[in-house]
Amino acid sequence: MRTVIFRVSAPYLTSLMFLFSLFVLLRGHNEPGGGFIGGLIAASAIAVYGMAVGVEAVRRSLYFHPIVYAAFGLAMAVLSGAASVFAGFQFMTGLWAFPQALGGDVPISSTLFFDIGVYLVIVGAICAIALSLEERYSD
Amino acid sequence: MIAWYEQLFYLAVAFPFIGALVASPVVRLTGRLAPYILALFPAAGFLLVFALSEQIQGRQIMVAGFDWIPSFGVRFSFRLDGLSYAFALLVLGIGALIVLYSGGYLSKSAKQGRFFAFIFMFMGSMLGLVLSDDLITLFIFWELTSITSFLLIGFEHERETARRGALQALVITGGGGLALFAGLILIREVTGISSMSGLIDDPEAIMRSGAYVPILILVLAGAFTKSAQMPFHVWLPNAMEAPTPVSAYLHSATMVKAGIYLLMRMFPMLGGTPLWEIVLPLFGGVTLVVGALLSIRQSDVKLMLAYTTVASLGLLVMLIGIGSELALEAAVLYFIAHSLAKACLFMVAGSIDHGAGTRDIRALAGLWRTMPVTFAAALLGAAAMGGLPPLFGFLAKEEVYAAVAEAGPGLYAYLVTAAALVGNTVMFATILVVALKPFVGSLPSGLRKAHETSFLVWFGPLLLGVIGLLAGIFSEVTHQFISNPMAPPSIDEAVAITISVGFHLGPALYLSIVTIVAGALLYWKSQAVRARIAGILSAIGWGPDRGFDQLMRGLIAGSFRLTNVLQPGRLDYYMRVTFLVVVVALWSAMVFSGALPSGVPFPSLYFYEWMVLGLIVLGLLVVANAKSRLAAVVSLGIQGVAVALLFMLLGAPDLSFTQFMVEILSVAILALVMTRLRLMPADRRPWREVIPEMALAVMGGLGFALFLMSVTQMPFDSSVSEFFTRYSYTVAHGRNIVNVILVDFRAVDTMGEIAVVLTTGAAILALVRIRVSKKDRQGTRKKKRMAQAESL
Repeated sequence: MRTVIFRVSAPYLTSLMFLFSLFVLLRGHNEPGGGFIGGLIAASAIAVYGMAVGVEAVRRSLYFHPIVYAAFGLAMAVLSGAASVFAGFQFMTGLWAFPQALGGDVPISSTLFFDIGVYLVIVGAICAIALSLEERYSD
Repeated sequence: MIAWYEQLFYLAVAFPFIGALVASPVVRLTGRLAPYILALFPAAGFLLVFALSEQIQGRQIMVAGFDWIPSFGVRFSFRLDGLSYAFALLVLGIGALIVLYSGGYLSKSAKQGRFFAFIFMFMGSMLGLVLSDDLITLFIFWELTSITSFLLIGFEHERETARRGALQALVITGGGGLALFAGLILIREVTGISSMSGLIDDPEAIMRSGAYVPILILVLAGAFTKSAQMPFHVWLPNAMEAPTPVSAYLHSATMVKAGIYLLMRMFPMLGGTPLWEIVLPLFGGVTLVVGALLSIRQSDVKLMLAYTTVASLGLLVMLIGIGSELALEAAVLYFIAHSLAKACLFMVAGSIDHGAGTRDIRALAGLWRTMPVTFAAALLGAAAMGGLPPLFGFLAKEEVYAAVAEAGPGLYAYLVTAAALVGNTVMFATILVVALKPFVGSLPSGLRKAHETSFLVWFGPLLLGVIGLLAGIFSEVTHQFISNPMAPPSIDEAVAITISVGFHLGPALYLSIVTIVAGALLYWKSQAVRARIAGILSAIGWGPDRGFDQLMRGLIAGSFRLTNVLQPGRLDYYMRVTFLVVVVALWSAMVFSGALPSGVPFPSLYFYEWMVLGLIVLGLLVVANAKSRLAAVVSLGIQGVAVALLFMLLGAPDLSFTQFMVEILSVAILALVMTRLRLMPADRRPWREVIPEMALAVMGGLGFALFLMSVTQMPFDSSVSEFFTRYSYTVAHGRNIVNVILVDFRAVDTMGEIAVVLTTGAAILALVRIRVSKKDRQGTRKKKRMAQAESL
């Protein structure tokens, strides 16, 4: 798998996939997409990078253990739901704000953060599984 | 508005449990004073209940409680009437003496605190049991007594026999408890009544329901196992492994009396039928005679007493079964007399063990010189148990004989009278052996060191013996405070018990004289009798006790065999079973409910949709014919991608998007793992394995297809999707309904799902690590061995 062409092109491919996954994540509320699909794309991106440069390099570039991202994502999802409790609504009620920026409305909501949490859980959990499997059989 | 007595109830029930909480610290902090302090808890409870005696004598019924699980109509409620009042007094009164006695008996034990905690928990469970009104509350306390007695019987758990005794008691009484649970639920279901009070107010409810026989059998199973009726009696002698204070408590006021309580309580609802009047005297009579004969066969004081308890319980069950007014009065009197006397005698047995160092009747003699107080207590206890005037036991025995003599038609009366006569005579002899043998005669040299025990140890039995004496002499007072309140709930109309020590002629007196004379003769010949019965028993060989062991062994062996069938540890087996179950469920549900789709419509598709379908079929064929596993995985992926394409063409972009990603990722991961595993070679199996699996696959696929078709033939209720379409943008500011549902409308679901994903990831990680670390360990072991070899 580790041909020169693949190894050279993999970082670009991965970056593009990541960018695309973020795009899919953020547009999810109105167009096909969302945290789950975005997370899957990001996980594939990491898998591609892992195939090209090896698990060790991926782990170094991730900095934290992948399961940490997943845990952080779950915490974020729960907290974004709890935010509405502090604001006096029921748990998981969506909160919305429409601040003006760059000459237009930028809708920001607690559901967006919830979706980002989903994204992180998917990326973290799948990467953790994939990386550990690769590692186990690469020795 | 809470009635004033409700607090008293709660307090009385709470006292033992508070005692259990503070027992350990009290023992640690106060040392030798601890038993006195701890005995205050049951004593205070006793006074609280006794304070209500005026109301009880006025036939007032006090009910207290609160809704516990309202949706199931379960309350946590208590009821104090005459019956529960008398039981509560005995539980708490004898309990206080037992606590004092244990303080002396276990004064040197390091586990004293724990022991007190257990015995208080047990006391509280028993008290809750006799006081509870709601059927479910009753069952919970019933099982609590089983569990706490398990802890008590197995208290000296270093010994194997203690562990076996505890387990046996738990298995038998717990099993009976489950039967009782079923019975109580059945009562709730068929009558719609969920409390004792309700049943007592409408005693015909169970008879009317038509489920009388199953209810009776289930309730009796609970009562008989708890109250050690043949053949469930085996746990009781084995429970002698418990420390003596526990035995004294278990046998007098608690545990084994729980079944008696239940029978007395349920008598108005279940009793009085021919079935009741045959089954109970039959079991009770057999238990009485066999228990008595087994008691005289023993040589260990505690075991002799244990078997007389079995016999006494048989007598009580027999009396409740006869069910006449006189018989129930006799049961009440005998119950009180037995509780007092048995507690006294068991504590005496403990004192003998403590003072002389042995409980074997053959090694004991002449202790009256060194242990005079214990001897006095033993005499009082034995006189009460044996039914000598003027003790309370005498009244009880007279009433018993009067009751059996006038019971039912001729043959019935003869049978129960004979059982009572034989049982009482042999029991009388046994009790004489217990109370006299260790004390009379000359002191053997081995017992020179025997000494009177401490105040705490002799106080309880002596007090109980004296109470037995006074209760008999001043029988009017006893009847007023205990016997009469206890009787009415069992008897239809209020009848006052008037029996006193005063002289009276009649069949009861003649039977008493026969009992005493024959019992004394039997005592004289007790050694010969013991040898004779032992001979008969060894000729029979097999008893319920061995039967229990065989049952347990069979249970374990059977469960191993069952586990081997159900859990062979082969993944392919599990998958085959799972799919088989799915297929059977699908097909049987559709065939039996007539939900098979009516005719299969020919689909009208565009040509590109046909092409995608063809792709799917092609992928499937390749999977089926794949020569290597890698090829199979990849072609399965193709098939999955084709399905995703179908989703997209039919207008579900989100679903199709996800399906694409899942397919790609799963193929990538599987391919990755497989290339590392080098599982390239094909997997070839013989046809006889392939054909059944193929059939299973076809049936499964066909089943799902038909199922989906029949679902789509149902009229479609679009209200939910209309709701989402309407409110998706106005409420959640999103035009993508799927995403809005996921992150807004049903976000809590999504949160649960991602929590599952996270947990799964962590679990897989852990599993993978286990394998790796095992390999690591092997590696380091090898290294160690090499290092050792080098150093040599």
